[in-house]
Amino acid sequence: MSGLGIRNQKDFYSGLLFILFGVAFMWIARDYNFGTARRMGPAFFPVILSGILIAIGIAIAVRGVTVAEEPMRGFTLKGLVLVIIGTLLFGFLVRSAGVPIATAALVAVSAYASQRFNWKPTLVLAIGMAVFCTVVFIYALGLPMPVRGPWLGG
Amino acid sequence: MELFANLYTGFEVALTPLNLLYCLGGVFVGTLIGVLPGLGPTATIAMLLPVTFGLPPVSALIMLAGIYYGAQYGGSTTAILINLPGESSSVVTALDGYQMARQGRAGLALSTAALGSFFAGTVATFLLALFAPPLAEIALKFGPAEYFSLMVMGLVASVVLAHGSLIKAIAMILLGLLLGLVGTDVTSGTPRFTFDVPELADGINFVIVAMGMFGLGEIIRNLENEETRDVFSRKITGLLPTWQDIKSITAPVLRGTALGSALGILPGGGAMLSSFAAYSLEKKISKNSKNFGKGAIEGVAAPESANNAGAQTSFIPMLTLGIPSNPVMALMIGAMIIQGIQPGPQVMTEQPALFWGIIVSMWVGNFFLVVLNLPMIGLWVRMLTVPYHLLYPAILVFCGIGVFSLNNSTFDVYLMALFGILGYVLSKLDCEPAPLLLGFILGPMMEEYLRRAMVLSRGDPMVFVERPISATMLALAVIGLIVVLLPSIRKKREEAFTEEG
Repeated sequence: MSGLGIRNQKDFYSGLLFILFGVAFMWIARDYNFGTARRMGPAFFPVILSGILIAIGIAIAVRGVTVAEEPMRGFTLKGLVLVIIGTLLFGFLVRSAGVPIATAALVAVSAYASQRFNWKPTLVLAIGMAVFCTVVFIYALGLPMPVRGPWLGG
Repeated sequence: MELFANLYTGFEVALTPLNLLYCLGGVFVGTLIGVLPGLGPTATIAMLLPVTFGLPPVSALIMLAGIYYGAQYGGSTTAILINLPGESSSVVTALDGYQMARQGRAGLALSTAALGSFFAGTVATFLLALFAPPLAEIALKFGPAEYFSLMVMGLVASVVLAHGSLIKAIAMILLGLLLGLVGTDVTSGTPRFTFDVPELADGINFVIVAMGMFGLGEIIRNLENEETRDVFSRKITGLLPTWQDIKSITAPVLRGTALGSALGILPGGGAMLSSFAAYSLEKKISKNSKNFGKGAIEGVAAPESANNAGAQTSFIPMLTLGIPSNPVMALMIGAMIIQGIQPGPQVMTEQPALFWGIIVSMWVGNFFLVVLNLPMIGLWVRMLTVPYHLLYPAILVFCGIGVFSLNNSTFDVYLMALFGILGYVLSKLDCEPAPLLLGFILGPMMEEYLRRAMVLSRGDPMVFVERPISATMLALAVIGLIVVLLPSIRKKREEAFTEEG
């Protein structure tokens, strides 16, 4: 990356990210009514904010090419992917299959992200959490969540 | 005395068996989860929010406040025993507390933290009871211009006082403000940034953002470098301080309490800043400053008192103005809104039982922390031995269930995953999530007050500087920004925060 003259990756990329967000918000807000200072439309505040965000993003990115600092450490792709997939799976299963299944699935998938993954304790944890959450949240606290979803004939 | 009448009202509410139970439960569960490394007060409260949905408003808020103190207390325990501060405000406690533990004085460090916190909590509760009513009265006179300027000041203060890069913190606030605007525009009814998704019409729930960024984001970050923790297995003895110990901690506790109470009221201040400021003050004025960092008892007593006092007084802006000074208070506001209470100065006059009940229960909660937790220290130490690879899947489950139960919506769970990614990426880029959360909760309020002020002034922005209170607050914000940008102070600030980290 140093070939591009980026001396501080963290600053450069965060600046870029902020610019991206600023542009996106401004782009979407272009369809809304801007209004006047007296009667501000729905676009007024967001457009001003994104304008400032873009300006600051540029400043941070510029600092990233001028001020050197330690390079960024690698991303943990495995952790990121498994935690996110586990969470999405939980969301997908919680209504269709019910809380116990969704809970066990989230535990099983996310636990695999650890270097110390071992299927035996994970299995115990998955079953334990499924029972615990069902008992505490559904039976004790009465939260309206399905124990058995339609998939299981609930 | 009106103060005593008010406190009496509070005690009547706080001492009902049911509320005592919820307070106790909150303190207990808060400590339990706070002791688990990697979970600070914000994540703990966000996770446990659903537990309080079914309770009456007073009990729910009492329990949440208890969870807050409990989690903070738990953070100090881990800081002392395994040199792993559970949250930012116990970072400095780890410096001397852990050294004391290594010298076999863990019991003394823990009891010092507990007693200092209790004393500070007691004083801060009184301050809260004393100053909240007059402040709420002033707040009732606030117009939209004052509210807007106050929020600007609060946001500026939060970046000035926070650690890390100033400019990135400002960018995070702006991003938070923008994300807060997602949803239907109240004035015109236009759906904004909703991508025609019906679930976004009411905006993004704050809890989703908090859990995504503080819960999921943090877990992914921790998975990056799983280390074996140095678990403290020795038996803890010597909990009772000697007369000599009490004498040596009295002054630091008093100073910490005073400093913490003052800094806690500041927007963006709260526990973290208080503990840090108290530590550096103690180090400066102490006769044996060379002992600091090597197990000085003052280095535990002062910051622990300060962060508890700060935690307590940070409720003042929340309760009197309806404005959160840190993410935890933002969550409390979220909880109030879920319970159907509109936070603001009118809460005190319209719901005195609720208002005073919460304040008094804070003191009760602090009391529980001392009498329950010191004897149960063995249990907390056992909690520390739970390995992280079995812990984080369980945390994820709580986050999932918590977010799902907000609206029984699977969409919210997916959205949390999205914020988890965003939180992880931003933290990799050294962007602190706290300012984003503060901006997120303040965004819609700021816009509304800005619009109202401008309508009243017929579009003349001078309204913000013509009104004296508003002008003062804006001036303070500008001064704050200039001061941190001055090269000499900037260098000092960086030094200070490096020392802390």
